[in-house]
Amino acid sequence: MSDRVMKSYRFREEREADWKQLEQIIQRAESRGVGGLSDQDMERLPGLYRQAVSSLSVARTISLDQNVVAYLETLCARAYFFVYGTRSRMGERIAQFFARDWATAVSAARGPTLLAFLCLFGGALLAFFLTLNDNEWYWTFHGGWDSRNPNATYDELRATLYETDRNIVDMLGAFAAQLFSHNSGIAIFAFALGFAFGIPTAVLLIYNGVYLGSFYAVFWQKGLAYELTGWLLIHGVTELFAVILAGAAGFMIGGAVAFPGRKPRMQSMREAGEKAAMVIIGAVVMLFIAALLEGFGRQLINSDTVRYTIAGSSLIFWLGYFYLPRRTVGDRRD
Amino acid sequence: MTEAAIPPPNIVEEGKRRRARIRARAAEEKRVRTLVTPEGAALNLKISTFGERLGAFILDVSLQFIIMFSIIFAIAFIAGAFDFNGWQIAWAVAMVLIFFVRNFYFIFFEIGRKAATPGKRALGLRVADRQGGRLTANAVIARNFMRELEFFLPLSVLFSFGAEGVAGWVNWLLLIWCGIFVLFPLFNKDKLRIGDLVAGTTVIHAPKVQLLDDIASAAPTRDTASTIVFTPAQLEVYGIHELHVLEDVLRQSTPEIKRNVANRIATKIGYTPQAGETDIAFLEAFYAGLRRHLEQRMLFGQRKEDKYDQR
Repeated sequence: MSDRVMKSYRFREEREADWKQLEQIIQRAESRGVGGLSDQDMERLPGLYRQAVSSLSVARTISLDQNVVAYLETLCARAYFFVYGTRSRMGERIAQFFARDWATAVSAARGPTLLAFLCLFGGALLAFFLTLNDNEWYWTFHGGWDSRNPNATYDELRATLYETDRNIVDMLGAFAAQLFSHNSGIAIFAFALGFAFGIPTAVLLIYNGVYLGSFYAVFWQKGLAYELTGWLLIHGVTELFAVILAGAAGFMIGGAVAFPGRKPRMQSMREAGEKAAMVIIGAVVMLFIAALLEGFGRQLINSDTVRYTIAGSSLIFWLGYFYLPRRTVGDRRD
Repeated sequence: MTEAAIPPPNIVEEGKRRRARIRARAAEEKRVRTLVTPEGAALNLKISTFGERLGAFILDVSLQFIIMFSIIFAIAFIAGAFDFNGWQIAWAVAMVLIFFVRNFYFIFFEIGRKAATPGKRALGLRVADRQGGRLTANAVIARNFMRELEFFLPLSVLFSFGAEGVAGWVNWLLLIWCGIFVLFPLFNKDKLRIGDLVAGTTVIHAPKVQLLDDIASAAPTRDTASTIVFTPAQLEVYGIHELHVLEDVLRQSTPEIKRNVANRIATKIGYTPQAGETDIAFLEAFYAGLRRHLEQRMLFGQRKEDKYDQR
């Protein structure tokens, strides 16, 4: 009864085995990665993929079997995502990030970084001088719960800067607490809020500067500025740098939204988002390092000189890592 | 085949149903984005709905909580085995682990090969580049850090409600501001959240579909089915929509429904069942006949959309 057999049925019968084979290859690739595919699979994949794609367009025009069309749609989509999907492995990607991408992204964002720096330290300077003139300002910026306030004595303030009993448990605790402190939150928000023309980012940075500046003024008045700087900067160089970079990432997006130039706003934002993501993930890494320095370094080291040395060398390290010119892929070609 | 009493068709009702169906189809089609591959073939990708994404997100957050609690319990158990000597160390280790779960759960899974978190995978969703290009790791990072702002900021605002002397209206203002972010996907046609906008990504609905047996393949092999023949006039009664409904009925409904459908069709097309013929054999034969007929018409450029489509 060959006249009962439809075109669409014959069409399916001839190609079904190939579809199934493609499905198996994609299945393997999705669960085990490219490494899970044999050489034979790799050889067959492009042909099978092209065939499935053309089967799909034929099926749409000749077949009324919903299941076949739906099957081919998803099979082709999965195959497409695999064939044109990202090739690099996680390990390579991470290595490339630290070797090149991160520093390139940061050094390309000098303008926004400078702006973020000015916001943070501008706010800090403002609050510093305000608090020096009138201690009442301190209470405007801080809650009453902090014992390190203008009413505290020299000895009380000094005691907060040096650790007398050091044990590993406290350090671990401090490290863990630091991970969840507001800094990583601030960094991520400074980035995330950037798309509103960068204004919330600026507010956030200035507010943090103000917090820092008024705090600094309290110690300054008691003549503890030198000691506080060491206490603050041993991890603060890394931490504040990270916050500034996070702010810069926010400004990158904000700038792209506010001044897209000739590009459509969406495209401009998305391109900036790609670059800013690199900066922000780096900032999270820096905050992690800062937490290590704060948890262990600050509690182990009570000498001001050593604290300053660590602060200075970490500043040199970061500046060198980000801004020293390095060989790029383009240079290697010529 | 027993003849059941079939109520007379209500024309007004049917017209309403048909219009509703066409509207629903149009709404479905609005979700489809055509992506032209480098081979020049068009892939129809379906944008996921707000509900699907919300469901996936709830699954993911629950899973995160489960992971976090398992970490805490495991660590507490180990610390307990050591009589809580140095449980603070254990606690710090737990905190570090939780830090990673909290910050990198989404990123880890979406950078992976399936471009979807377990929650998304469960609902057949995946993240894709909006222009059909490669989904880069940076895009995944950007879209997930934006989530902090879209979801976790509103959450922290909610929990700090009424805290330390901030004026109530500030809280309300913040809440409204956050509501805008959370509900943002409802107000654009691609169902994008802010993170998708910034990263240039989209979430598509692409569940795995199994290739089932062709129903028409069964028909010619059965003895009874091969003797069932329909006249062209009988095959003219229905259109593509009815064919698809019949396909669904044959693939997944109960024997009672199949019997009802068989009765309806037989009455409608004026077909007298032969002795010893089963409902399924009749339906499969009719499906095969109808599909062949409609596919043939389609080859000549006439798509008969449904039974009302008289051309």
